[in-house]
Amino acid sequence: MVDTSVALSGIRLDNPVIPASGTFGYGAEFAELYDINCLGTFSFKGTTLSPRFGNPTPRIAETPGGMLNAVGLQNPGVEKVIAEELPRLREIFRKPVMANVSGFSIDEYVQTCALLDKEEQVGWLEVNISCPNVHGGGMAFGSSPEAAAEVTRAVKAATKKPVYMKLSPNVTDIAAVARACQDAGADGVSLINTLLAMRIDLKTKRPLLANGTGGLSGPAVFPVAVRMVYQVYEAVDIPIIGMGGVSSAEDVIEMMLAGAAAVEVGAANLVSPFVCRDIIRDLPEAMKKYGINSLTEIIGGAHHG
Amino acid sequence: MTQGIYRIEYNRRLTADVWEMRLTGDTGAVTAPGQFINIKLEGLFLRRPISICDWDGEGITIIYKVVGRGTAALSGAEPGQDLDVLCGLGNGFDVSKCGERTVVIGGGVGVPPMYGLAKALQKAGKTPIAVLGFNKKEEIFYEDQFRALGIETTVTTVDGSYGVKGFVTDALRSSYDYFCACGPLPMLKAVYNATATSGLLSFEERMGCGFGACMGCSCKTKYGNKRICKDGPVLEKEEIIW
Repeated sequence: MVDTSVALSGIRLDNPVIPASGTFGYGAEFAELYDINCLGTFSFKGTTLSPRFGNPTPRIAETPGGMLNAVGLQNPGVEKVIAEELPRLREIFRKPVMANVSGFSIDEYVQTCALLDKEEQVGWLEVNISCPNVHGGGMAFGSSPEAAAEVTRAVKAATKKPVYMKLSPNVTDIAAVARACQDAGADGVSLINTLLAMRIDLKTKRPLLANGTGGLSGPAVFPVAVRMVYQVYEAVDIPIIGMGGVSSAEDVIEMMLAGAAAVEVGAANLVSPFVCRDIIRDLPEAMKKYGINSLTEIIGGAHHG
Repeated sequence: MTQGIYRIEYNRRLTADVWEMRLTGDTGAVTAPGQFINIKLEGLFLRRPISICDWDGEGITIIYKVVGRGTAALSGAEPGQDLDVLCGLGNGFDVSKCGERTVVIGGGVGVPPMYGLAKALQKAGKTPIAVLGFNKKEEIFYEDQFRALGIETTVTTVDGSYGVKGFVTDALRSSYDYFCACGPLPMLKAVYNATATSGLLSFEERMGCGFGACMGCSCKTKYGNKRICKDGPVLEKEEIIW
């Protein structure tokens, strides 16, 4: 028997597979397809203090080996999430959930986190300081170590739950941002958010997305994500949640060897709705194939020797 | 929604750039006309959503126009080939809302879902009539299939090369008590303005997942924000915000 379990800040996960925020809603659409209790956990849709419609459409575009999105943090707002989504979630998911939070000011981050702090089912807060698709906030906080540290400190003071800062790859030195988050008290870091990108429609000769730019995700970004997780692992001692183009059990193992304590799966959910269930099913076989008895033991394995 | 493997029974050209494909496989997830399927194609990341034209216990007929890389790849697919398909997506047309004499209005590749709808209306004991709009004679498809259902069918062409000259709204002459429409946005808007009755309109949008997970195809309605893929693609006339 191989051991697929991992732990994030003292909370045990049956396996390291976590659907990424923005690709899994609040769980309901996938619970119609399979029992989502097989997941390690999942990171719910990025939630802000106030309701947001998000960006105009088109919000989605095809790319080689992936996709662009510029949804723009559409969500019903934290109060409605607590009043409507979380009670619904309790019916379909009996594990701690990861609450993904976004904001446009430090005060907004703090207020949203403080409200979610009271929710029993929330196991961790994943604080998104890296959304490339909104203006005046989001990625701005993740673009400098100082700003990232400021959000981290403020949020840590507002909650007792473990705080994972979700980092942007659109920076010169992601390790420096990760280190700043660690020094400011973060319990962990999540990376990578999407890469800022654009496609242009040859027929209209204009950007394909109504927002102009969008975030690139999918298998195309996987090696970039592995590299950044590897670099951040060298720079910090707190757990890393690795993500970016993960689509298979082998990808999960590779990401963990780079240094991830757990792994999020994003874009793959949108084209293969059963992919997380299938990765969890395939993990033991893939572990045996590569002589791995315990996933916890391989975290950062690529750095040794 | 189900995910399954469907075998291509045939894939044939109807006009210069419109194709008809028959897929054999499980159709249990199809619950209403106007729903769609989402097809995975080799070499492309995102699936391609295509409306269901017709279905029975054995398979699904789709009709698509070649407009980009996805539909070009689809047109090159051969009979006997297997496709990975998400089936039974979207709400579809609620036949119980439709009147006894519902006019089904299709424009271009908005025509296909109206065929399955017309059949469903007949099955429900109603007497639909059809108005099918095209740009010109060479682009017309499925007129014979609609007529074979025995329903009153009017074809319009923008250039007047066949049938009534003009747009579908120029052919809304017979009396009707409800309407259902699918077609390009300007057509839907014209139909919305030209009709005096209640009705249902089917919308298109670029989609990420097709099953409500990614919020890629959201729109605002008078009943709140909706996802075209999951809460639509069919919206009630009364809720639409243009």
